[in-house]
Amino acid sequence: MKPTDIAAPDYFHKVVDCQWACPAHTPVPEYIRLIAQGRYSDAYMINWKSNVFPGILGRTCDRPCEPACRRGRVEENPVAICRLKRVAADFKDDIKQRLPRPSPKNGKRVALVGGGPASLTVARDLAPLGYHCTVFDGDPEAGGMMRSQIPKFRLPNSVIDEETGYILGLGVDFKGGHRIESMKSLLAEKYDAIFVGSGAPRGRELDIPGRKEAAANIHIGIEWLANVSFGHVDKIGKRVIVLGGGNTAMDCCRTARRLGGEKVTVVVRSGFEEMKASPWEKEDALHEDIPILNYMVPVAFKHVAGKLIGVTFQKVKAEYDAKGRRNLVPSGEPDETIVCDDVLVAVGQENAFPWIEQDCGIEFDKWHMPMVDPKTFASTNPKVFFGGDAAFGPKNIIWAVAHGHDAALSIHKMLSGEDITERPLPEVQISSQKMGIHEWSYDNDISNDKRFKVPHRDKVIALKDIRAEVELGYDVKLALGEAERCLNCDVQTVFSTSLCIECDACADICPMDCITFTDNGEESDLRQRLKAPSPRPDQDLYVSSDLKTGRVMVKDEDVCLHCGLCAERCPTGAWDMQKYFIDMTHAGSTCPTKSRSAA
Amino acid sequence: MTYIAKPKFHHPGLKKNELGYTHRDYEGKISTLCAGCGHDSITASIIEACYELSIEPHRVAKISGIGCSSKTPDYFLGNSHGFNSVHGRMPSVLTGANLANRDLIYLGVSGDGDSASIGFGQFAHSIRRGVNMTYIVENNGVYGLTKGQFSATADRGSKSKKGVTNTDNAIDLVAIALQLGATFVARSFSGDKSQLVPLIAAAIGHKGASFIDVISPCIAFNNHAGSTKSFDYVREHNDAVNRLDVLVGRDPIAVDYAPGTVQLVEQHDGSKIALRKIDADYDPHDRLGAQTFLAKHAAKGQIVTGLLYVDPDAEDLHEHLNTVETPLNTLEADTLCPGSAVLDKINASLR
Repeated sequence: MKPTDIAAPDYFHKVVDCQWACPAHTPVPEYIRLIAQGRYSDAYMINWKSNVFPGILGRTCDRPCEPACRRGRVEENPVAICRLKRVAADFKDDIKQRLPRPSPKNGKRVALVGGGPASLTVARDLAPLGYHCTVFDGDPEAGGMMRSQIPKFRLPNSVIDEETGYILGLGVDFKGGHRIESMKSLLAEKYDAIFVGSGAPRGRELDIPGRKEAAANIHIGIEWLANVSFGHVDKIGKRVIVLGGGNTAMDCCRTARRLGGEKVTVVVRSGFEEMKASPWEKEDALHEDIPILNYMVPVAFKHVAGKLIGVTFQKVKAEYDAKGRRNLVPSGEPDETIVCDDVLVAVGQENAFPWIEQDCGIEFDKWHMPMVDPKTFASTNPKVFFGGDAAFGPKNIIWAVAHGHDAALSIHKMLSGEDITERPLPEVQISSQKMGIHEWSYDNDISNDKRFKVPHRDKVIALKDIRAEVELGYDVKLALGEAERCLNCDVQTVFSTSLCIECDACADICPMDCITFTDNGEESDLRQRLKAPSPRPDQDLYVSSDLKTGRVMVKDEDVCLHCGLCAERCPTGAWDMQKYFIDMTHAGSTCPTKSRSAA
Repeated sequence: MTYIAKPKFHHPGLKKNELGYTHRDYEGKISTLCAGCGHDSITASIIEACYELSIEPHRVAKISGIGCSSKTPDYFLGNSHGFNSVHGRMPSVLTGANLANRDLIYLGVSGDGDSASIGFGQFAHSIRRGVNMTYIVENNGVYGLTKGQFSATADRGSKSKKGVTNTDNAIDLVAIALQLGATFVARSFSGDKSQLVPLIAAAIGHKGASFIDVISPCIAFNNHAGSTKSFDYVREHNDAVNRLDVLVGRDPIAVDYAPGTVQLVEQHDGSKIALRKIDADYDPHDRLGAQTFLAKHAAKGQIVTGLLYVDPDAEDLHEHLNTVETPLNTLEADTLCPGSAVLDKINASLR
């Protein structure tokens, strides 16, 4: 293998698994260390810059970082990154003084359609640069689906008000209750750029017999959740069936439990394991005594005299064809009818752009989705950009934020007369953490603690009040314990070939057998000859140039604890622990423009 | 030294030996020696050898004297018996322990000061008696604990860190061990685990006095230009006569060397040593030849490493003394003191 080029920004970025997995690339270990030090406001601001909604995401994020967390490969559970983010939000001081000031307007006007996370991120990035940002939303208040679809017992309004308020306070014009009905007329208003962040607002229908006849008691999940959020709906029948296995279904069933649903059942087509809902959301539903039945396909709504009485299901089983694709085939068991008073349909969301006319210069593909460049987020109309669920279909908040940052950068570049396809490199700082002999600026002693549970409100009380937040968040002590579990993967092991005397001290001390000194070879061959098995080819090998004996140093990054023992036991300082801080370049950063090929 | 404990976590894919232990289970406390000390590599090699042999830790007694080397038993086999004895007295304590309980595996760990100076006599007598043990000298040529004075194994003409030339002749412990009748004699280098680990494993399997001299650079006081025990010097002058693999039980390795280049040596415990010859003329069963070979190469400034001599049919001290199979420490009082009738009989036979 060729010697590893550690100067390439992506190399060490990949080692910080959580940050690499995060769509917005939030510097996770950095803010977790700040939490451990009690510097909650600093931790909050790092988050705020990167993901805009730390308090909201700290409660609701889909947390792609956690399955990626290295700790999860070393013991059973990853660090509770998401809930630590909430800790920063919960315990911070007043941070208003740290926010950007509204700046003098530069005369350029940007329209943002939809007041959800994508649009607000664009506004957050562009307003401080002097752009006049106008956000339009059909709802009276900002927040989009964060406000309308996420139940209040998971995300209180106060948190949404606070964090949307920070953005609107930057001098952003918010036009609530103003739904955009025509792209054409919006274009006619001569904005310099338009960003569409209108989400995926339509719940998918379930067109099976009885749907029309029993319509009064069959509700589309996201619409019903929005009606609950805004107080239009405050009760439901005693027996409720929720159809669907995603996070919306989980929100529906838990909301139903709080509005009078005594016997709430979730029924999914697939197996329990393959459900789209996050494992922790399934756990929370089960905890509230909601059974989840699987391998049952709804075939008909049963009704008598226009009144829903139940749902009939066909029982299926999973079969896999030669290509490993799953097919659900009838199991042969008799159909089952479950009686109920109401049904909530949460079988998916769809995009809908009835308000974009065909002659706006915005082309759509055969699935009726706008053609959007995945890097610049530009549509085929150079002035119109898309982001969030509106761009590539339903995802989640953190993706909307990431899209928003990229779209804002494109808009800023376009309006500065630059080529929007040239994307700037992230800002990178690397510095040694050595403070003395075997003394480091970070806590390198590895905690053996298991993941700490977030305290929950008592179930009896929680189920009585739909606005009572179920999760209470970590207290300071639990937060410190959980923060200590972080392995500081951003403190990198940096190797200097010229200093190495091949004494083997690092290979001997390494608790994870990451380091091997051996003859060079092709990657597939090298992976066979390492001290410990190397089962994850997606985890890079760090290979040195040739050493004095002709061998090379190979480090498998996979399960390195970043404990720094290699550097402590190195007599010549050939290993050093260096903190690698990667900050994604947002609109208006002064970072020189360089095109980059990797992600 | 490192202040934190070595993390308990280990690689999730670590292989386990027959006892279900990973090599991490054979570790001791974290080393307090200087970073980069050759002794730590020897520690790692002992851990590896014991892991590969699936040795039950409670069956090992590790005994040492005084010095940097003699501290190392604290860093491996944390669940074994240990005795940190008086300076240079490891061989006597080990001999006594071995006589009392012949069932344990004895690991004597010593240094060049401990064995070639203050304990030179002790070393000599334990070897000539054929005590069943693995005697490892971690040889760095200096007194590291007292800041780097020449030890008795420092080569004449080599330079100290301060630039002083050594005018005394060196003791070659390997040559002495051969002369005194050790039945397993080897030399290796702390920076060459692929050679050292199987040597230690083979020595543990040998019944009789096994002696391994391991050159182990002192990173603080003997790793400079002019030293003959530095990493660079040893790597440049290392003349390996053979390399070996230890084959244990029913787990044979594929031996795919050219015919005539591999020699199988069967040991008492049923294990086999596959010796891969590097020097075709070298015969590890020829004590006299080995002595000559060593002397010739030493004169040329070469450091001969490998398995230098082995007598697979060796006898140990217990056979010489004709002791009972049962370890003496488990014999009951009535066996040890069979009564006056037996005494009368013995007395009568001497009249």
